[in-house]
Amino acid sequence: MSETSSTALALSLTNVVKTFGETRAVDGLNLDVPVGICMGLLGPNGAGKSTTMRMLTGQAVADSGTIRVLDYDIPRESKQARASMGVVPQRENLDEELTCRQNLTVWATLLRVARRDRDDAVDRALASAQLVDRADSKASTLSGGMRRRLLIARALVHEPSLVLLDEPTVGLDPQIRGDIWTLIDHLRSTGVTVLMSTHYIEEAERLCDDVAVVSHGRVIAQGNPSALVSEHAGTEALECYGTPDRLAQISTRAEELGFPTRKTGPSVSVLRAESLPLHVITEFGESIRRPANLEDVFVLLTGERLES
Amino acid sequence: MAIDARPLRQQPRVRAIEPTAFAGVFAREITLFRRSWMSSTFGAIVEPTINLIAFGFGLGALVSMVQGIPYIQFVGTGTVATAVLFSSVFAGMFDTYVKRYYQKTYDGILATPVDVPELFIAEATWIAVKAGIYGCAPLGIAMLFGLPPSWGMLAIPFIGFLTGLGFAFMGQWFSGIVPSIDSFTYVQSALITPLFLLAGIFFPLTGLPQWVSTAAEFNPLYHCVSLVRHAVFGWEPVNDLGHVCALIAFAVLMALGSIRILRIKLID
Repeated sequence: MSETSSTALALSLTNVVKTFGETRAVDGLNLDVPVGICMGLLGPNGAGKSTTMRMLTGQAVADSGTIRVLDYDIPRESKQARASMGVVPQRENLDEELTCRQNLTVWATLLRVARRDRDDAVDRALASAQLVDRADSKASTLSGGMRRRLLIARALVHEPSLVLLDEPTVGLDPQIRGDIWTLIDHLRSTGVTVLMSTHYIEEAERLCDDVAVVSHGRVIAQGNPSALVSEHAGTEALECYGTPDRLAQISTRAEELGFPTRKTGPSVSVLRAESLPLHVITEFGESIRRPANLEDVFVLLTGERLES
Repeated sequence: MAIDARPLRQQPRVRAIEPTAFAGVFAREITLFRRSWMSSTFGAIVEPTINLIAFGFGLGALVSMVQGIPYIQFVGTGTVATAVLFSSVFAGMFDTYVKRYYQKTYDGILATPVDVPELFIAEATWIAVKAGIYGCAPLGIAMLFGLPPSWGMLAIPFIGFLTGLGFAFMGQWFSGIVPSIDSFTYVQSALITPLFLLAGIFFPLTGLPQWVSTAAEFNPLYHCVSLVRHAVFGWEPVNDLGHVCALIAFAVLMALGSIRILRIKLID
């Protein structure tokens, strides 16, 4: 790796392999994340996203390959890297009996914020998570959304240059998810590098500058979300409805004409529909046009679905 | 850049143990303790005190003197070890298991600049500090029943600390070995209870078969009890040096076991 490229990358994984018994959770994964962007790791459960996240903090050790985070070798120098990283785990692990302020103070100490700066850092984190009014409430009394905001604020209390978010909105209802997106979007605007794993299409499309599509422990496509969509799935999809037999006929016909298709619940989506001749659309019967999305890309590339 | 051809697992970490990381974990424990000190202190002090009063008066009515010491004072000094044992080994076992398995606390801490040895040495040290303090409670009760004060008593918190450190590490080690939290019953019945009964807390081991005395040499709690009695009733420098060395060896061995097993459990 050249000196120039290593300074421009917040993290880099090269040919990384991690096995658990017979299972290859990460199977030759390559990923470069430039400084200052929000990168999404998009893939279904079991694709290797969480294992990849754990390897970046040294909590999982790769069998082979090279990992560099903030110019540190991982796992050899993972402690130094962790001092400049904020990690938001998928599963909440707040100290329930402590107040928001105490939770943040404890983490500020663990993350080595100097004693003289600690109170200011905690106040700033409380403000960013909109928890100033609840600063002295125990974590166990907070609502789901507040708890998740506190979890994120805890990871930001030392103003890290890299933040890892592992499925930050999994299990949250849409209203709370929106709040968390606002928080992440603000983070992105401050120039912090973000690596976020998700299996929510909308989350990746709205928040990420780039996404890496992960399947079976490998990155199979990477790029700007809209560029990926237009490259692999065109701009529009035609969702066709009918009986299973009718949908099978539509799939066959579309494939014969060179248009990729995929099942979308009770319908079949014909991709690159912007190029479909009008008489074919009429022939397909009941249908609706919709913009192509990352899920179309994902299914096309992997044959798997993202959201269960 | 020179390429290190060794597998990643064998490459050394930089600065494996740092005081800053230790202090961070220790500070967290203190913050948590401020929230729960009443309940944890109550449990750690009341049970040994009940033991002391029940045995001291119950058996004390039948046996007035043991080894030239009034029985209540004999039990009072022995119960220091009970308080230390209970407040350290159970904290090491249950708290570590719950934080690792259920609360995922360690996953969070290990994502900060804290490594496995720092985390568990700091937690065991905190448990040992509390054990050293809780160990003084039975002594205070015994003093109410006539145990004369002595300068050697000032060593009790340190004896409690050293013993508690070993048992805290032992508890951590078991927390990484047991398949489920229910399995602690086996540890408690098959290991902790014999350690507790064959330490010379309630009766002297001198009247028992030779093999019991030999086995007691391998019981850290026996060394704790001996040190406490000598601190209170008169030091035996050579023997006591041996007891201290035994407790240090116990703590080091348990620390190595604890850190090894918990690293396996927490680092994939």
